[in-house]
Amino acid sequence: MDKKRIRNDLILLASILLAALAAWGVLKLAQRPGKYVVVEIDGKTSAVYPLDTDLRLDIKTEGGHVNTLVISEGRAYVESADCPDKLCVKQRAISRTGETVICLPHKLVIRIAGEGGVDTVS
Amino acid sequence: MKRNTKLLAVLGVSTAAAMILSYLETLIPMNFAVPGVKIGLANLVTLFLLIKIDWKSAAAVTAVRVLLSSLLFGSFTSLAYSLAGAVLSLAVMGLLKKTERFTALGISIAGAVSHNAGQVIMAVILLSTKEIAYWLPVLIVTGTVTGLAVGAVGALLVKKIDLKL
Repeated sequence: MDKKRIRNDLILLASILLAALAAWGVLKLAQRPGKYVVVEIDGKTSAVYPLDTDLRLDIKTEGGHVNTLVISEGRAYVESADCPDKLCVKQRAISRTGETVICLPHKLVIRIAGEGGVDTVS
Repeated sequence: MKRNTKLLAVLGVSTAAAMILSYLETLIPMNFAVPGVKIGLANLVTLFLLIKIDWKSAAAVTAVRVLLSSLLFGSFTSLAYSLAGAVLSLAVMGLLKKTERFTALGISIAGAVSHNAGQVIMAVILLSTKEIAYWLPVLIVTGTVTGLAVGAVGALLVKKIDLKL
C-alpha cells in the first residue's frame, strides 16, 4: 500500500516537472527578437522606447520611487532601484519579445514588444 | 478532556507554531531574480493538520495564519499574494489527501507548486501583465524542491506526534 503511494508520488513529481519543461519550451518558442521597450506602471503603458537606441533614464513611480532603466546594445535592464528587494536589478537584461523586468514593490513592468506589438499586447 | 476542547487547544498551538514559522521565513533572505521563491515553512503546519485531523482544521489555521502574518510582517499586497497561494494549495492538497493515493511528500510538493502557481496568477491579475507567466516554469521547479523538503519533515512529524484526539 505504502509502496504504491510512493510510486504515485514519483509519478506526480515527474508530471509536474514535465509540465514545467513544457511550459518553458512553449514560452521560449513563442519569443522573437524585440523592437521596443515598453514601460508599464500599475498596468498602464507609460512610455515606449526603441530597443536599438541607447538610453539611460530614471523611471519615477508612485511615492517618488525611482528605477533606473538602461537600454544598451539592444538589451534593456534596470541598473539601480530604491525598492527594498532589488529583484529588478538582479533580473537579466532583456531583448526578446515577452521577456520582462518586473519590480513588484513599484508595480513597474518593463517589457519587450516586437514589430507592431506595442498596442496589441496587454 | 473532551475531544472538542482538545481539538481547540491543538489548533491554537498549531496557529502559534505557524506564526513562528512564518516569522522565521521572513528572516531567511531569498534573493533570486524571480520573486516568490520561498521555503514555505508554515505549510508544515497546514500539511500536518490536513493529514492528522482534517481539511477544515488545516484551512482554518491557514486562514488565520495568512491574515495575521500579512498584518504583522507584510502589507495589503502581500496579503493578496498569500491568499491566492493559500487558497489554491489548500484546494489541491485537500483533493490529493482525499484520494488517499499519495504520501505527505506528494501532497506537499503539489501544495508548494500550486501555491506558487496561485501567486503567479495573482501577479498576472494585479499587474495585468501576462508575461509574468514566464516565471511559472522556474517557480514550479523551486516549488518541487521546497515542497519535497517540507514534505519530508511533515511526514516525520505525522509519524512521531500522536495527538490522541
